[in-house]
Amino acid sequence: MHRYEYIRPADQAAAIAAAAQATTAQQGANVRFLGGGTTLIDLMKLNVETPTRVLDISRLPLDRIDAAPGGGLRIGAIVRNSDLANDAKVQQEYSVLSQAILQGASAQIRNMATVGGNLLQRTRCVYFRDTAMACNKREPGSGCPAITGHNRTLAILGASEQCIATNPSDMCVALAALEATVHIQGAQGARAVAFGDFHLLPGNTPQRETVLEPGDLITHVSLPPPIVPSKQVYLKLRDRASYEFALASAAVVLTIENGNITYTRIALGGVGTKPWRSAEAETALTGRPANDGTFRQAAEAALGAATPQSENRFKIELAKRCLTQALRMAVAR
Amino acid sequence: MTNDDQPSRPNRRQFLLTGGSAVAASVMAATVGDEAHAAQAAAGEAVPAVEGAVPITLRINSTDHSIRIDPRTTLLDCLRETLALTGTKKGCDHGQCGACTVHVNGRRVLSCLNLAVMHDGHEITTIEGLGTPEAMHPMQTAFYTHDAYQCGYCTSGQIMSAAALLKEPCGPDDTAVKELMSGNICRCGAYANIVAAIQQVRKSA
Repeated sequence: MHRYEYIRPADQAAAIAAAAQATTAQQGANVRFLGGGTTLIDLMKLNVETPTRVLDISRLPLDRIDAAPGGGLRIGAIVRNSDLANDAKVQQEYSVLSQAILQGASAQIRNMATVGGNLLQRTRCVYFRDTAMACNKREPGSGCPAITGHNRTLAILGASEQCIATNPSDMCVALAALEATVHIQGAQGARAVAFGDFHLLPGNTPQRETVLEPGDLITHVSLPPPIVPSKQVYLKLRDRASYEFALASAAVVLTIENGNITYTRIALGGVGTKPWRSAEAETALTGRPANDGTFRQAAEAALGAATPQSENRFKIELAKRCLTQALRMAVAR
Repeated sequence: MTNDDQPSRPNRRQFLLTGGSAVAASVMAATVGDEAHAAQAAAGEAVPAVEGAVPITLRINSTDHSIRIDPRTTLLDCLRETLALTGTKKGCDHGQCGACTVHVNGRRVLSCLNLAVMHDGHEITTIEGLGTPEAMHPMQTAFYTHDAYQCGYCTSGQIMSAAALLKEPCGPDDTAVKELMSGNICRCGAYANIVAAIQQVRKSA
C-alpha cells in the first residue's frame, strides 16, 4: 500500500476544505474520504486507489436516520448499511431498501459499510481491480480488455466502447426505485441531486462515475414520503445463494387497485453500468392489469436496449425473468 | 504463546520462525524482528519509532494498548503482528472470507478492511477475549461439541461471527442462520456442523 497521511477532520467543514484540495473526486483522486473502508481499503491494497491523503469521516455526526420535513426519510451518509436495513421505518415503509441491503455483502460488511460509501461502491470488473491489466476506467485510454475477455458478469445496459463495467450495488438499485435524492455539501455550498442523475454512464469518460467534484461530501440521502399502499420486492439472482454480487436483480414498487397497476417504479441491478431505473418497464406496467402477460411485456421493454457481450448473452433473459418474478412476488405480498 | 518460550517442545509457530533454512536470512531477520517487536509491545514497552507512525490506544479484550502505528496498518495486521494476538486469522485479506472477523463496539466487522488508526478508543474483542480454555464462551463449547471445524483456520472468525449473530435480528430456522453466516467461508465444508452448533446455542439461550 502506498504511503498516505491519515487525517481525522474535526468537523464537516474541515473535511470539505481538506478534500477540496484534491485534483479530482473521481478515479485517481489524491484525497479520499474514508467511511467504512470496505471498498477503499480493498482497492488501496490492490493499488487501484493510491490517495496521498485519507480523510477519516467515520466519526462525523452523519449517522442518524430522521424523519424528513414533508413525510420522507433523511438518512445520514455515515449510517451503516445494517442499521439502515434494520430500521423499523425502513422495513415498514421502504421495504425494498431493507431487502436490497440485506441481500448484499455479508453481515460483517453491512456493519461496516456506510450509505455514502455504498453510493460510491466500485465495479467488480476483474480488469479494473488488476493493475497489471489495461482499463479505461483506471487508466483512461489504455483500453478495455473486458470487451474481448472475461465479461460474463459485466453490463448489458449502458455500456460504451470504452467500458462495460457493472455497478455492483444492491442498495442503489432500491434507492433508484424509491426516487431518492443525494445531498451533497461542497466547497461552493449544498446541492441536491436526483438519484438518477448522481451516477454517470461511462461514455468516453469511464473514469468519471458520479457528479462529485473535489470537496464534495455526501451528507445524506433523502427518501420521498412512502408510497402507501405499495408492494415492494427486491429479487437478486446470483451464482451462489448468498454473499455474491448480482447477475441480475430487480427492485419493484407496485400499487394495484382493482387488479390494475396504478403506480410502479422499477430498477434493475447487476446488468447496468449504473443503477438502472427502467422508465420503459414503468410505462409498460402503468394502467395495465397485474398479470403475467403484462409483466413479461414490461420485462421485454426493460431489456429492449440490452446489448450482450461475448460471455453474457444469458443475462438478457435472466434479467427479464428476474423482473417478471419480482413482479409476481410483489403481487403475492 | 508460552510454548514459544520452551525450546524443548518445538511447536508449529516456533518451527516456522526458527526452521526452514532455505528461507532468505533477511526475511528471517524481519520475521524474528516482528515477533520481538510484538513481544515488546505485548509487554507494554516502548516500541521503536516508525516513520509516519501515529499514536493510538486500542482497547482490546478489556486491556488498553497504547502504541504507535503506521496508518496503513490494518486492524488485522495490528492485532497479529504488533500485538501478537494471532487468534484472529488472515485468509483473503480482501473482505471475502471472514477469517479475520472481530467485534468492534460489540458488532462483528472484518479486521482486514479496517485501519487500526480508525479504532483509537474503540472497544475491540478478539477470539482471545471471548473465552478461555477454562471458561469457554457457549459458542466455543458448541463448536467443540458439534465438531464444527476440520482444519480450524476459519474457526475463530466463524465463532466471532456466530457470537455476534446471537444479538442480531435473525429468523429461527437454519436458512436464516446460513444467510447471516454467509460471510464466513469454510473451505473444509464444516457448514452443517457450524449451523448445528449455532442453533444449539440459540435454543439454549
